[in-house]
Amino acid sequence: MAKLNINGKVLEVSVEADTPLLWVIREQVGLTGTKYGCGIAQCGACSVHLNGGLVRSCSIPISAIKATDKIVTIEGLSPYSSHPVQKAWASLDVPQCGYCQSGQIMAAAALLKHNPHPSDKDIDLAMTNICRCGTYARIREAVHVAAGAKSGGNAAASAGILSEA
Amino acid sequence: MTKRHAPMQTNLSRRKFVVGSAAASGGLALGLYLPYGGLPAAAQGMGDVGEINAWVLIKPDETCVIRVARSEMGQGTLTGLAQLVAEELECNWKNVTTESPTAGENLARKRVWGEMGTGGSRGIRTSEDYVRRGGAAARIMLLQAAADGWQVTVDEVSVSDGVITHAASKRQTTYGKVAAAAARLTAPDPKSIMLKDPKAWTIAGKPLKRLDTADKLNGSKIYAIDVKLPGMLNASSKSCPVFGGKLVSYDDAKVSHMPGVHRVVKVNDATVAVVADTWWHAKVALAALPVVWDEGPAAAQSSATIAERLKEGLTAEGVFVSRKEGDALKAIADSPKKVEAVYSTPFLAHATLEPMNATAKVSSNRAEVWVPTQNQEASLAALSEESGVPLDRCEVHALDLGGGFGRRGGTQDYVRQATAIAKQFPDVPIKLIWTREEDTTHDFYRPISQCRLVAGLDTSGKPVGLHVRVSGQSINAYLNPSSVADGKDDRQLQGYYEKAGDAQLGYTFPNFLLEYAMRNTHVPVGPWRGVNTNQNAVYMECFIDEMARAAGTDPLEFRRALMGDHPKHLAVLNAVAEKAEYAKPLPAGVHRGIAQFMGYGSYSAAVAEISVSPEGKLKVHRMVIAINCGHPVNPGQIAAQVEGSVAFGLTALMYGESTVDKGRIVEQNFNSYEIMRLAEMPKVETIIVPTYDFWGGVGEPTICVVSPAVMNAIHAATGKPVRSLPLKNVKLV
Repeated sequence: MAKLNINGKVLEVSVEADTPLLWVIREQVGLTGTKYGCGIAQCGACSVHLNGGLVRSCSIPISAIKATDKIVTIEGLSPYSSHPVQKAWASLDVPQCGYCQSGQIMAAAALLKHNPHPSDKDIDLAMTNICRCGTYARIREAVHVAAGAKSGGNAAASAGILSEA
Repeated sequence: MTKRHAPMQTNLSRRKFVVGSAAASGGLALGLYLPYGGLPAAAQGMGDVGEINAWVLIKPDETCVIRVARSEMGQGTLTGLAQLVAEELECNWKNVTTESPTAGENLARKRVWGEMGTGGSRGIRTSEDYVRRGGAAARIMLLQAAADGWQVTVDEVSVSDGVITHAASKRQTTYGKVAAAAARLTAPDPKSIMLKDPKAWTIAGKPLKRLDTADKLNGSKIYAIDVKLPGMLNASSKSCPVFGGKLVSYDDAKVSHMPGVHRVVKVNDATVAVVADTWWHAKVALAALPVVWDEGPAAAQSSATIAERLKEGLTAEGVFVSRKEGDALKAIADSPKKVEAVYSTPFLAHATLEPMNATAKVSSNRAEVWVPTQNQEASLAALSEESGVPLDRCEVHALDLGGGFGRRGGTQDYVRQATAIAKQFPDVPIKLIWTREEDTTHDFYRPISQCRLVAGLDTSGKPVGLHVRVSGQSINAYLNPSSVADGKDDRQLQGYYEKAGDAQLGYTFPNFLLEYAMRNTHVPVGPWRGVNTNQNAVYMECFIDEMARAAGTDPLEFRRALMGDHPKHLAVLNAVAEKAEYAKPLPAGVHRGIAQFMGYGSYSAAVAEISVSPEGKLKVHRMVIAINCGHPVNPGQIAAQVEGSVAFGLTALMYGESTVDKGRIVEQNFNSYEIMRLAEMPKVETIIVPTYDFWGGVGEPTICVVSPAVMNAIHAATGKPVRSLPLKNVKLV
């Protein structure tokens, strides 16, 4: 039996000690917003917050989690998608397929918590999750928008129909 | 129907569809369908209350449900198709929601929704006509119902945002109020419907926000990998690492005691699976399962043996001649200056971030699958074949995909596996998830190819002849061998066609010889986003730069001189050159490359600005991409696809490579099969230059110009051409 605090709720799960936190979250707790992508901490689709820091849950065994640790998943980031990162993501229509975006949003939220006004270089270093659809340009913009450095709006405005041949 | 965007909804409830006995006899391949005609569904005793036609359902609360029959995998087709229907329907966009018919419903209704496959950048361009007519037909019926109710003629009424007005009597009603009456009317003759002039569009053609974003922001969106069903068990499978090998035996006694394990099962001749209570338990037990494989003769194959085979094809006799204009070999032989180069591109895995998975449930007279699929009807057929349950007793629950890129189209190997396992557990839903390693090593890879190009230039540097020989594996030979039994496979020459319309070469050479040497391997191949345009654009566009260099001419001017017969290609090239300020000098150390190509009915061009560090590290600063897709349906989503295409193209350019050793794929996960990260993403500027005289695709066509534009810029920076991909294997300085 392991005691977990996930999204402010205390739960008990009965799993082998080496079960990755990701699969406890997905299969025992039943929260599926946190995704499996690689299982080796490469892609970041499984990113969650552990005591406010960003971790890749596929590579953390449940035995490493203490009952006092606070885990936050995408479902617990905010009520009603009201976190500035979620709002910025919506305003710029960031997601394409969306599969990596839980992890991207958790990574961006963790970045802004520790560095409220990140530079492009800071974003380069912090936002290392894979997006196979290639939404990187909008992710960068959206992090700046969430930080209040830029106003939101429609990313599409940059892609007006130029001319009619 | 599956709700396609319902922000906070996470359950998978769905409407029970009653299969009409007459309709159920219809096959999958009905040649004739009328997506907008015939008797109204209500009159046939089918469909929902408020269904005006197959595409539009209006609820009393004014909700306008638009049916979208194509898969959504991030490319934005869902929103685009809804815009096209709503444009003709003239409903209020704020009231629009979407739902998706299932393959079973499409079958039962004689394919009223047409083809459901979503690939080849066809989602919009091959259904735009009938979905727009579907929207228009619904509008006509709704207006007729209002006119009938007021006892006036239909030409006295008008509509705006779903509000119908009879100006003479100042009466108004709404779509929601007349929908039930409209649903009882006979549909208008589709031929009588006048579609709007796209230049008068107010919903389509606009950069509206996607309809399906909300639940991607809070973890509530359910992908197939997230499906939970009562009593469900989980499976992890492993196939012989060598393609063509067989499963000989496995020692299930070694794992049957492990936590959660239910059973070890043979899936097919080459695949074994562990079924357990959780997927993690299944995965751990499978990793511990002793398995004996018969790897077969292909175990002797490697990247080196395959490269030799392709190299032989570059000069072999008796290959397929696709184009022969004039006598290129003679013109080249007689020319004072020759240019020659051999290029090569590797196998590539798709690497959708959501790995292959499917949940199947097979009972004696019913089979169902929950699946991420680009082709629901192929999923249905695979389910029926593998389960032995007749088509009309099968159903597909297609969930939006966590990436597709061509991997989840016709082959449906993962549906077959899930079904084969589920068949051994009657009435129990089985969720099969592949590990990333299984996904990366059991793909249908982008085919490997090499290309030899030889050109002759005259004394002024003008090309007098060009000989292009592609040698490589054929997708058709793998997926549909009878279609290319004679080796004549034009598909591998995509982008080099003489014929206008789809993937036409934008240059005219006085003498031109185009050949294809089919050199197949044991590695399974299939369409990979952009398919053959990606390699063929690298070959042609980099070689054009090599010719220009030999001629001492600027690459843009060199291209323009060859493009007189291809004004649409040229217009896009000119547009990108102008936007990128091609003539303007760049800062010291920054270099420019340009490329243009055509695929999927659309014209694309790119300018790349890059630098190469003294240590040989590439930095792509800026990409300007122009596209003429004919009719832009959502400029915001076109820009998103172009941005994504840059990432997709750069990943292939810099890192993409599936190598073969001892018959198996070497790269297994993202630590060796690398995907570009945010830090390497350049600034992307998209320009859309539509001509409104055709309908082209968007999801794929701009990928192919990314690599050659960057490669040409590298050539400009280093003075050395890059002829072999990926760049991770190439020393740039």
